[in-house]
Amino acid sequence: MVLGTYKQITLGRSTDKQIQKISQDGGIATGLLCFALDEKIIDGAVVAGPSDEMWKPKATVALTSDEILAAAGTKYTLSPNNWALKEAVRQYGLEKAGIVTIPCQTMGLRKMQSYPFGVRFMADKIALDVGIFCTENFSFESLRTFITAKAGVDFDLVEKMDIGNGKFWVHTQDDVINFPIKETHGYEQSGCKVCLDLVSELSDISTGSIGAPDDWSAVMTRTETGDTIFKQAVDAGAIELKPMDEGKFGLEMLTKLAKSKKEKAMKEIDRRKELGLPVPYKASSEKEDPLANV
Amino acid sequence: MLARIKEFLGMEAKPKEEASQQEVEKVAEEEKAKPRIGYIHLSGCTGDAMSLTENYDILAPLLTEMVDIVYGQTLADVWWDDENPMPEMDLALVEGSVCLQDEHSMKELLEVREKAGLVVAFGSCAATGCFTRYSRGGQQANPRHESFVPVADVVKVDLAMPGCPPSPEIIAKTVVAVINGDMDYLQPMMDLVGYTEACGCDLQLKVVNQALCIGCGTCAMSCPTRAVGMTDGRPELNEDRCVKCGICYTQCPRSWWPAERINMDLGL
Ligand SMILES: Cc1cc2nc3c(=O)[nH]c(=O)nc-3n(C[C@H](O)[C@H](O)[C@H](O)COP(=O)(O)OP(=O)(O)OC[C@H]3O[C@@H](n4cnc5c(N)ncnc54)[C@H](O)[C@@H]3O)c2cc1C
Ligand code: SF4
Ligand code: SF4
Ligand code: SF4
Repeated sequence: MVLGTYKQITLGRSTDKQIQKISQDGGIATGLLCFALDEKIIDGAVVAGPSDEMWKPKATVALTSDEILAAAGTKYTLSPNNWALKEAVRQYGLEKAGIVTIPCQTMGLRKMQSYPFGVRFMADKIALDVGIFCTENFSFESLRTFITAKAGVDFDLVEKMDIGNGKFWVHTQDDVINFPIKETHGYEQSGCKVCLDLVSELSDISTGSIGAPDDWSAVMTRTETGDTIFKQAVDAGAIELKPMDEGKFGLEMLTKLAKSKKEKAMKEIDRRKELGLPVPYKASSEKEDPLANV
Repeated sequence: MLARIKEFLGMEAKPKEEASQQEVEKVAEEEKAKPRIGYIHLSGCTGDAMSLTENYDILAPLLTEMVDIVYGQTLADVWWDDENPMPEMDLALVEGSVCLQDEHSMKELLEVREKAGLVVAFGSCAATGCFTRYSRGGQQANPRHESFVPVADVVKVDLAMPGCPPSPEIIAKTVVAVINGDMDYLQPMMDLVGYTEACGCDLQLKVVNQALCIGCGTCAMSCPTRAVGMTDGRPELNEDRCVKCGICYTQCPRSWWPAERINMDLGL
């Protein structure tokens, strides 16, 4: 199953007008965390918050809805959110931490929970992990380079960046510029080339834009915890739903892209194995489902 | 008891009636064959034993009902000397590295290997040498003691559990796995036996240099001494703070990947 195990798949968006305005897609990440905070399901959340530098996120512990809102929007560069979990638990004393993670960060968290070798009393503090989809990520300098060079836009003027329909979109106050996503190739971090997970298969709830119309998000609930919290948020009216299109622009597209990411990664994994380079995953020949995240 | 440990670990609870039934059977079974455990304390700070005892909820029944502590200075007041031979053990936890100049430690370790079915390098000092790697001798109580090595350098080790100290949770999970004969859970610990030369610089050498780092920050989260920070999405090591426990690399999602276990734990 290229989308991982899930209980429910749907389109969703936050019903909060302010969240709708500032969020990347349907505001599921921000909306869910704010809901969970209000309901005391979490007592804070680790998010990719703003730093002193435009578009350079800082992994941040948010204790209020305002701080969660301040982190809305995708920053296409590295934000080591797992690192800030330590701060959340040790400095801020969170007992029930929420966290937003891209798939590879989710993997680090889950490994720590199953095998907490040297990590004391942290595994049980993660009350909600909202996983977001991810195709690739860029170092800050890579991002800056292709925004300024390819899109020809001053970094400080950029209001939003987005990937969709095969293009990288750069929004400024009075302009929207795009270039083919192909042109970012060569800039992505190389660790992404062996990544088998597009849809945050191990999160409590995963969400992204693929398969959803503008301003909506695709959502998959995965664990019991995730499913319960999501239903609560829907029942409370914090999130509204509409069914996902099964066809070309919905589930079909999501499945296709998840599969092609896995196929590309498996090629690279097999190539590395042949060269004798280390890689933590099995070769295609070593596993039952050649596309599984193992 | 097992149900209690599982509950403590947040594993799936069994239906109540069935649980008590099974518990009885389990205990009855255990009466016959309680694992005999030894605790050997070499050059370590007792942090690993402390961490073990931090499993307050399960410790008393664990020590009294589920296992027999047959050897050890802290957990059972049993010493080995010429008059009292070391008992046979099913499993020996060895805390601390071994000092090559310390005849007594060397002798005890070799004897443990003879007497124990399974030898566990318990904690990073035993597994990787950890901070004892920095020893250069010239100190009291014995200035000659300068060469501290992971126990696997001297005897065959079956399982390694790095951690400075290992978390109470990993200890409890491992106890459950040993009692259940859950070899799958123990497999990574068998593999880690070979990881004796650990250093924070492994992140650079084995992850970043190998085009595998994805900037997740798990290493920085895990480091017990905060020797690892993240700069521009990559780990940055402050060598002066590094105790060579190997935890950063052990926890990194790009060093080894226990996918099946994670799916099982999440119910996926
Ligand atoms: C590097 C990257 C690549 C992505 N690629 C895709 C893709 O190919 N396809 C797709 O459908 N979706 C992708 N996404 C996810 C998508 O852009 C949205 O973040 C997601 O749909 C959530 O939208 P939202 O409106 O619910 O989130 P919002 O409510 O806007 O909140 C976004 C949340 O994401 C977190 N965040 C922002 N940047 C980062 C970061 N760099 N690292 C970790 N967390 C961050 C913030 O903390 C915030 O809580 C990607 C995200 C990232 C970070
Ligand atoms: S593609 Fe995979 S490895 Fe790369 S940033 Fe996204 S989740 Fe992480
Ligand atoms: S950097 Fe930290 S975790 Fe890594 S080996 Fe050194 S002390 Fe241990
Ligand atoms: S834990 Fe994450 S950030 Fe650290 S070395 Fe491994 S992949 Fe890189």
